[in-house]
Amino acid sequence: MKILVPVKRVPDPTQKAKIKDGHIDLTGASWIVNTFDEYAVETALRLLENGADGTRAAGEIIVVSIGPEDAAKEIRTTLAMGADRAIHVVTKDSEIDALVVVKVLQSIIAAEKPDLVVMGKQAVDGDANQVGQMLAGKLGWAQATFAATLELAGDKKSLLVGREVDGGVEYKRVPVPSVITVDLRIVGSKSVKNGITPESHNYSGEGARLPSLKGIMAAKKKPMVTGKLGDYGAEAAPVIKELSVTLPPPRAAGQIVADVPTLVKKLADEAKAL
Amino acid sequence: MGNILALCEFNGPTLRSSALANLAFARAAATAHGGEVIALLVGAGAQAASADAAKYAPKVIVVEDAGLAHYLAETYAPIVARLANENGATVVSATATAQGKDLLPRVAALLDAGMASDIASMTAKDTFVRPILSGNALSTVQISTPIVCVTVRQTEFEPATELGSAGAVTTAAAGAIDALGATFDRLDAQKSDRPDLGDAKVVVSGGRGMKTGENFKVLEELADLLGAAMGASRAATDAGMVPADWQVGQTGKIVAPNLYFAVAISGAIQHLAGMKGSKTIVAINKNKDEPIFQVADYGLVAEWEKAIPELISEIKKLKASR
Ligand SMILES: Cc1cc2nc3c(=O)[nH]c(=O)nc-3n(C[C@H](O)[C@H](O)[C@H](O)COP(=O)(O)OP(=O)(O)OC[C@H]3O[C@@H](n4cnc5c(N)ncnc54)[C@H](O)[C@@H]3O)c2cc1C
Repeated sequence: MKILVPVKRVPDPTQKAKIKDGHIDLTGASWIVNTFDEYAVETALRLLENGADGTRAAGEIIVVSIGPEDAAKEIRTTLAMGADRAIHVVTKDSEIDALVVVKVLQSIIAAEKPDLVVMGKQAVDGDANQVGQMLAGKLGWAQATFAATLELAGDKKSLLVGREVDGGVEYKRVPVPSVITVDLRIVGSKSVKNGITPESHNYSGEGARLPSLKGIMAAKKKPMVTGKLGDYGAEAAPVIKELSVTLPPPRAAGQIVADVPTLVKKLADEAKAL
Repeated sequence: MGNILALCEFNGPTLRSSALANLAFARAAATAHGGEVIALLVGAGAQAASADAAKYAPKVIVVEDAGLAHYLAETYAPIVARLANENGATVVSATATAQGKDLLPRVAALLDAGMASDIASMTAKDTFVRPILSGNALSTVQISTPIVCVTVRQTEFEPATELGSAGAVTTAAAGAIDALGATFDRLDAQKSDRPDLGDAKVVVSGGRGMKTGENFKVLEELADLLGAAMGASRAATDAGMVPADWQVGQTGKIVAPNLYFAVAISGAIQHLAGMKGSKTIVAINKNKDEPIFQVADYGLVAEWEKAIPELISEIKKLKASR
């Protein structure tokens, strides 16, 4: 099974947002692999490997990133986790939007013919949550978004996907190929079943795996192809333009109350909330 | 501006309350920029809910078909896209619910439309304000495609009020239905008599410090006393203490109740992203240095084991005294 995983880097969300000239100031920012994309790489690995002994007999994981030259570092991180090779389409972030990204991915998919696209449900900087669904729509493929559990069928021709929706968990079956976007709980200890990892095996459940030293060394030798938007039939013509960014006003300072009776009194009389 | 096609979810014979936020957005957009509001109801039961929709929108389109027994993005998206074109829509909107978030980007792809997710307002006919970076910044974006798709953040729009007269209801054909090999298997529903998290006036949330699901009982008692919805942090939902759909935050539900209780929750930015808009925030935590106290209007440094039973009895006393 060949799995394509689109990834992007995002500014470390623990940094305080700063504004310069009406936009987010990213000078000196530190960057990480978007957490949901890291989860997507983790998911792809769990779909292919035997989790109990860490071996993988077949299959390939290709990561794709569309972004600035510097992002090569974060792409290497995903190779160090265990992805096999990378495609880096080098652009400025200001030259792309969701539709441009989808166009590039479509062209890569036409060439690579993956069995599955597994991606994060959203990037935690733009919080847009669009690309997976748009890609599936453009390809005319089925989609399973916000996946919390995945079960690969014995014949590897379909997947049963547990999706967290309003009011419960929906189970949807999608054929191969299709687009899957992953949610937080896909990294639970038993969230991915591939018929290879023994039922008894528990993954750590604490997020995606960290690259091992061996993985980091191996990643240096893994192939990374670089190209430009034009190589993939796309152009730097985003339809979405960011006019300005502002920071919301901070909440007024609150107070520490001494005890429960004081809290109830203040909620009733001051806040009029009870 | 052309018309606004507002996709409305329903539950039995009535619209879901989340749909009223979308209709409020659509009405405000039409008032400011012209065009007509068209409510679109798709799927099993759409006809039965159309009378309710007609209270809020001058025009309602209903699509019901045996092939649409369950929601699937694959079958719904082409219908919405086709009706947008047929009805002169330049804005297609949905509330940013699980379904809205799943469906609208797919519709946008079919229409080659630019999309703004989770918008807080519309400032010109092609310009929208939306939160980014877990709600730590607000971005104003301009979209240049002839049709624009948006999802609407429920907490930013007061529910639409009824119009004086009922709108006109028409039906439209589903057309060829092709699920592209996808099938709905089942829904493991989370039944609850409490209000929806999205529109509850009071929300009681618990975090990792609650330690077990069993311990949430006392929070549920507090919630029921206040007619509140239950919420939780990711740590509590991940640990399986409570259902996943209780999660409040950047990637869970966005809530903005009158009163929000954060109990044994540290206040990570991803959690704050989902509740910072609440009117009054109460934090109960045993560690006075936790970031949750920086957004709380009232902070109580205490262990929940002691504080919550006392809070329940004090509120009962207050209620009895009124
Ligand atoms: C991509 C991504 C998305 C995320 N999305 C979300 C999201 O949508 N929502 C979300 O909530 N989180 C989200 N998170 C997780 C978030 O970063 C935090 O890990 C999580 O919110 C922590 O939950 P918590 O506050 O319950 O746990 P902790 O941070 O462990 O806090 C537990 C708290 O309980 C207190 N406590 C312990 N015992 C007691 C006691 N007896 N009485 C009183 N207080 C006590 C402690 O002092 C502590 O403050 C996300 C993370 C990532 C990486």
